[in-house]
Amino acid sequence: MLPELGQILLVTALLMALLQTVLPLWGAHRDRATWMAVARPAAYAQLALLLGAFGVLTAAFVTQDFSVRYVAENSNSLLPLAYRYSAVWGAHEGSLLLWALVLAVWCGAVARWSKRLPAVVSARVLGVLGIISIGFLAFLIFTSNPFARLIPAPLEGRDLNPLLQDPGLIIHPPMLYIGYVGFAVPFAFAIAALLEGRVDARWLRWTRPWTNVAWGFLTLGIALGSWWAYYELGWGGWWFWDPVENASFMPWLAGAALIHSQAVTEKRGSFASWTLLLAIAAFALSLLGTFLVRSGVLTSVHSFAADPSRGTFILIFLALVIGGALLLYALRAGALTREDPRRGFLPTSRETLLLANNLLLAAACGMVLLGTLYPLLADALGLGKVSVGPPYFGTLFVVLMAPLVALLPFGPLVNWQRDQASRRVAMLAPWAGLALLLGVIAYFMAPQGALKTAAGVTGAAWVAFGTGRFVWTRLRGNGRFTAEMVGMLLAHGGVAVFLAGALLVEALNVQREVALAPGQSLVVGTYEVRFEGVDHQQGPNYVADRGHLRVLQHDRELALLHPEKRLYASGGQVMTEAGIHARLNGDVYVALGESLGNNAWAVRVHIKPFVRWIWLGALLMALGGFVTAADRRFRRP
Amino acid sequence: MSDPRPASRPLPPVAIVIGVLFFFGLLGLMIYGVMKSGAPDRDVLPSALIGKAAPAFELPVLHDPHIKVSSTELRGAPYVLNVWGSWCAACRDEHPILTRFAETKRVRVIGYNWKDEPADALRWLEQLGNPFVLVLSDIEGRTAIDWGVTAAPETFLVDASGVVRWKYSGALSQRVIDTQLIPELEKVERAHANAQPQLPASP
Amino acid sequence: MPMPSRSCRPRRNRMTRRVGVALVALALALAWASPVMAQAVSDPTPLQYRDAAEEARFHALAAELRCVQCQNQSLADSNAQIAHDLRREVLVLMQQGNSDAQIKQFLVDRYGEFVLYRPPMEARNALLWFGPPVALLIGAGVLIWVVRRRSRGIQPMDKSEERW
Repeated sequence: MLPELGQILLVTALLMALLQTVLPLWGAHRDRATWMAVARPAAYAQLALLLGAFGVLTAAFVTQDFSVRYVAENSNSLLPLAYRYSAVWGAHEGSLLLWALVLAVWCGAVARWSKRLPAVVSARVLGVLGIISIGFLAFLIFTSNPFARLIPAPLEGRDLNPLLQDPGLIIHPPMLYIGYVGFAVPFAFAIAALLEGRVDARWLRWTRPWTNVAWGFLTLGIALGSWWAYYELGWGGWWFWDPVENASFMPWLAGAALIHSQAVTEKRGSFASWTLLLAIAAFALSLLGTFLVRSGVLTSVHSFAADPSRGTFILIFLALVIGGALLLYALRAGALTREDPRRGFLPTSRETLLLANNLLLAAACGMVLLGTLYPLLADALGLGKVSVGPPYFGTLFVVLMAPLVALLPFGPLVNWQRDQASRRVAMLAPWAGLALLLGVIAYFMAPQGALKTAAGVTGAAWVAFGTGRFVWTRLRGNGRFTAEMVGMLLAHGGVAVFLAGALLVEALNVQREVALAPGQSLVVGTYEVRFEGVDHQQGPNYVADRGHLRVLQHDRELALLHPEKRLYASGGQVMTEAGIHARLNGDVYVALGESLGNNAWAVRVHIKPFVRWIWLGALLMALGGFVTAADRRFRRP
Repeated sequence: MSDPRPASRPLPPVAIVIGVLFFFGLLGLMIYGVMKSGAPDRDVLPSALIGKAAPAFELPVLHDPHIKVSSTELRGAPYVLNVWGSWCAACRDEHPILTRFAETKRVRVIGYNWKDEPADALRWLEQLGNPFVLVLSDIEGRTAIDWGVTAAPETFLVDASGVVRWKYSGALSQRVIDTQLIPELEKVERAHANAQPQLPASP
Repeated sequence: MPMPSRSCRPRRNRMTRRVGVALVALALALAWASPVMAQAVSDPTPLQYRDAAEEARFHALAAELRCVQCQNQSLADSNAQIAHDLRREVLVLMQQGNSDAQIKQFLVDRYGEFVLYRPPMEARNALLWFGPPVALLIGAGVLIWVVRRRSRGIQPMDKSEERW
């Protein structure tokens, strides 16, 4: 009975989305206030209905109603309660419902916090968001119904993939979706601007907070995914350039370009057409990512079950929405670009630097897109089966980002429109020198991977010092820091921290795998890992071999770690759980290999210096986005 | 910001052309991808050995490890090589179909026991029946790497002169045998018949 | 974030169909009694490296090779049976004195170009390797052109509207 209620709620939500779209957009076109006023209540109604539908699906999981096919395929009577909640978004149908729900939340937020917008604008924005809601709700109802029944109902479900039975699954997808889906809001604003034929500072003051918040959440979502892969997969990797990871990284890169472009357009009025194009591109990449992950077009273990009919549906929707947006852009963007001599700028100016910033980020985004799609392209062109993996992405990404890192500290310091290059170079040159010096020292101190270590130290120090120089300049001036500035400081500081973490861990990480009998030790660097045996443990839905390993440094005990090898009852899958001793200056990461008989086991130890800085840096970047969005300037009418 | 509106500048035509090309190119690629994703064998790796000589090997026979069979001894007539293991569930699934094909005696079906304890393998054959005219044993898996084996079951067709003509990854079905193996086998047999008037150069 | 595919293991996982609760309990009991099901013959001892340099070289090379059976995992990371065997083979080849290029060619001869995670720098991959740098250069050219155009006849901006 209850799952059918869920279906009814979904269909009613679709009707609300139709109301949210048709009447307000037509009303904005014809300036009919009553029709435009339908947008807000329709958005709230859609949100309430989708919350209800989501609640119904959650209830089905919690009560283990295996008559619902989706529950039967992704749950099991032994599944612990916490994971029954997160299993709701563990596979295609449920995660799509989450997508629709998150979009409804954004619609509701826009409805709630858009009172100071002119009715025409808010009606258009909500209307465009409604179009996207219609697409996804139709997709759900017609091809991916989470409430479909299985008759007769099985007595036992299949199970949630053991890899997903983890706290990481509880938080990573929601965060990621909030970011991913959130780019629909700047997209809607861009379409509204094109329809209205106007982009002014006011428009940007409305759009910027939404964009920064969405980008912040996307940063968090990607960072959580990386952290989860690190501790869950058992071999200490934190980024694999997997197609699904790339699908979330491309909108991030476009979004980073967008937030900077919006800053220029707000303050100087220039690059309005670039800003609009980036807003369309960021959301287009979000949709493309959603398509790639669910259509089966790309081979990735991370992708959802392939189904060509689903792929076709999303592709048609994607083509119509983005094609329509780009058509509108081609027709209308020209009218928004104005040749205004006051908007001119010299080569040495912040405008030029931000243009370069956007060029480099766009090139990186394009490179990731090319590398991700190239195997498919090669296949289509008959060039054979080519693999494009981390060696490609890693190499080209570094090549493209190096100029960006070099230019980064100049951005906040250089004035708008015109500045003296020599003066700025003189300000920063000593700090560049210091960074290089630190790099050279690091080069000679590094036990291995000297070049990468030096690059990491130099790059991070350069960005950190350069950002610090800005703080000093500001303090010596009027000493006031707007929220936008603080956000910038946090985000650029986050870049420095991330750079240090990523390059240092790649340069300095050590990995050993040896056979150990109880009592034997493995010495890696200054750490000693003593194997103390393995015993049998019982979990709620698995059996585990649980290892006991003592980590010592300079004969002082640091931790007792318990890596496990779990055998799950449902599918017989074997999962490796790592034992991690986490500190700010590095992790000791231990995993069990195979049993070798006579109580001996193969034990794998990784030392991962500074690995936590990767996620700390990302956290700072996300925080920067949120703080920027809170700037009081955006709340001016 | 007050704005006197000087002349607006339309988008450069070059940009529009590039944009249109890019959009439709990407769309076309995605359509191709969706169409291909429906095919069940889209992930299968084509063999790198097709058209090349089968790897030279010398492997013991499962039933009597003292007897060793080399690749050169197998030349002179085509053969089907089936890679299997007693630990492999899919091999069990394809066994009846493979047996039916082997019983037609159209071509020698040689078993390749991969990474298996001989005792387990023998027991497996006893339980299910032995369709193979000969079973080679590769416990370490070293030679399997030369064959480019990725998983079990896999099946190869090698022609009379020792060239690999066809490989299939996965459990054989009657459809695969009828639509792929038999036509390929016919080609091999025809080529062999055409070459027969000449004396074979060497065994 | 890639996850090991179920199909990586030599034995195929079956979907649990309608099994009563009692049968589940029985299955659990069996699982606890004999945790190891049929497995291919495999030597689980860790690989032995002659020195740290060899170990580092091995890890670097294995990261550039693709697991031939999994969906998008490197040879270093995969738990598949064939990946295990191939890692041993790569180490043996390395210890026999083969260069990285020779080892890669050895694998390509048997498994095709698919096994390389670094696409070979050949004419047919020209778009892949040279596309982004060329696009960047073209973009830089456009940027220079835009900056040149915008720097003509500029009027100083209003101090009143100056924001950081």
